Amino acid sequence: MFELINKLAGAYGPSGNEKQVSALIRSILKDKVDEIREDALGNLICVKKGSGKKFMLAAHMDQIGVIVTFIDDKGFLRFGNIGGLRPQVILGQRVVFENGTTGVIWYEENIDDIKKLKLDKMYIDIGATSREEAEGMVKLGDQAVYAADTKLQNGKIISKCMDNRIGCAILVQMALNSPKTENEIYYVFTAQEEVGLRGARTAAFGIVPDMALAVDVTGTGDTPESKPMAVRLGAGPTIKIKDASVISHPAVKDRLIERAKSANIPYQFEIMTFGGTDAGSIHITAGGIPSGGVSVPTRHIHSSAEIVDMKDVENAVELLEHFVK
Amino acid sequence: MKEALNNLKKLTALDGISGEEKPVREYIISIIKDYVDNYYVDNMGNLITYKKGRGNGPKVMVDAHMDEVGLMVTHITSEGLLKFQTVGGIEGRVLVGKRVRIGETCVPGVIGYKPIHLQEKKERASAVDIKQLTIDIGSKDRERAEEKVQVGDMVAFSYDPVEFGDNKLMAKALDNRVGCAVLIELLKHSYEFDLYGCFTVQEEVGLKGAKTASYQIMPDIALILEGTTCYDVPDTKEHDMSTVSGDGPVLTLMDRTVITDRDLVNKIIDVAKNNKIPYQFKRTISGGTNAGRIQANAEGVKVAVIAVPCRYIHTPVSVMDISDFENSYRLSKRFLESLGVSIDLYREEGGKEYV
Repeated sequence: MFELINKLAGAYGPSGNEKQVSALIRSILKDKVDEIREDALGNLICVKKGSGKKFMLAAHMDQIGVIVTFIDDKGFLRFGNIGGLRPQVILGQRVVFENGTTGVIWYEENIDDIKKLKLDKMYIDIGATSREEAEGMVKLGDQAVYAADTKLQNGKIISKCMDNRIGCAILVQMALNSPKTENEIYYVFTAQEEVGLRGARTAAFGIVPDMALAVDVTGTGDTPESKPMAVRLGAGPTIKIKDASVISHPAVKDRLIERAKSANIPYQFEIMTFGGTDAGSIHITAGGIPSGGVSVPTRHIHSSAEIVDMKDVENAVELLEHFVK
Repeated sequence: MKEALNNLKKLTALDGISGEEKPVREYIISIIKDYVDNYYVDNMGNLITYKKGRGNGPKVMVDAHMDEVGLMVTHITSEGLLKFQTVGGIEGRVLVGKRVRIGETCVPGVIGYKPIHLQEKKERASAVDIKQLTIDIGSKDRERAEEKVQVGDMVAFSYDPVEFGDNKLMAKALDNRVGCAVLIELLKHSYEFDLYGCFTVQEEVGLKGAKTASYQIMPDIALILEGTTCYDVPDTKEHDMSTVSGDGPVLTLMDRTVITDRDLVNKIIDVAKNNKIPYQFKRTISGGTNAGRIQANAEGVKVAVIAVPCRYIHTPVSVMDISDFENSYRLSKRFLESLGVSIDLYREEGGKEYV
């Protein structure tokens, strides 16, 4: 499964420009599901037909990044954020554009206190020395993402955009395993989650499932002096109780707990006081959709080196397969 | 375009604070009713117009919000002064010393402040707290004030539009009467596809009207016409200037509410280049537009924004370049004409269908 994760993490897909990820998933699942379609926002909807209940499993394809808002005379790029970026975290990071152009994020050095650093005092250096040269390499509105590779080490994966290619990988793996069930399963790879849970809303409207799960990442509370959170790396996928965007539907949550227990799959509860997931927009779509989530405990979310545990990932696949049966 | 400019001036002279857009809507109806096949006003107050197309193209919605920022009377003091809340984004600095008019009967008033002679040093140095401000309608006491206004009345800036300088127009409510004026002109022509021209309500308080309008229409594509921020005055670094007045219509790539559809934006850029119409990108990603709401409607809509740069937006004296207004109209019209009968609505091969 690492190979699949590696491939997905390597695809370029900032919010609004997910087509590489979408094409990759489409090519993998082409003959493995009954129908593949894409909607106006770029959501990829893969359907395994069935006569039973409709289950929607959503994993967002998009990743955080930066968008070029201005190119100055000397060839430096000013940028805005796509999704949640902290200035101190992106400082000194290498980023890459869709066309392969590489840049590094740096800052106006006359700042007196680095704590006060804001994105509008930062820029991307692509090694250009004039506006003309820079414009030959990137255009206004071009988006860039972290440039970083994916490593498997000691059973853990260190990579950019585990948020949320790990969710995509889980759903793709599950579709490949094709769990035996009468139920109809919608593997939905959503667009534009990082900028406000946008894709999942239109996807859910088109499907109106009986139950929905967002498959995403969640924080952990197991690093030095971290914010308190009862989630540890390697202690199992989490069953969402709530995050800032949704309170899980009891029927969904209970079904997950029951299936995890009976199949002897380790799990933890996720109570996230910050951040949202696609479940936040799915559950209030159409007439209301019972929704919840399964997440992979992830350290250093939204940095260029997020860490997940392979065991949690594999257990998440298993839990989801039991869930839809 | 003379007529369009006159229309724009008339539109800015009307008051339409969010939730009370009727005067603007009625004026628009009086102009467009002969140009469209059908129109109606929905429960929220959106004016939805329909023009049947010549062919089978996609269903296209063009949106311009009618409402403007303003104030609402919340309390009348025993001295006959009016306390108020802002409706939409207005800050204290903008309010002091401004003439306003209140309610349907346009009762004149003014927002005063302590004269400079009486201010403490600290007060001079800091921004005005809106809570300290009141509207003076010249009434002796509460009883006399209540004869003219009541709690809940909307308050608009009382400023007439002025053409000045090198092809500039100064007016209140350019955001977004400028979009309304462009849409009115667009409705005077017919297109290949079915066109829904929507004059929406309550944008300034959270993009509310566009939500119900797009739900009723279920468009494939939506073009949002707007007045947008412009800050190109001295002491601003080039990259902090959101747009530049006079440099042409503004295309939004991303803001707080939307990432616009890249295929549509590229199409607009092609149209601009082919027709030698200037254009610029918005350089900041702040603010929001109806595009955010419409894009996420139902099963999703491809959206793009064409906007006119407005200096001093959300004040009684916003300023635009008349050429930007004219070019926004030209660009929108050429773009709509280019949509024709065949546009693919899905980005990837193997998508569901092509219209």
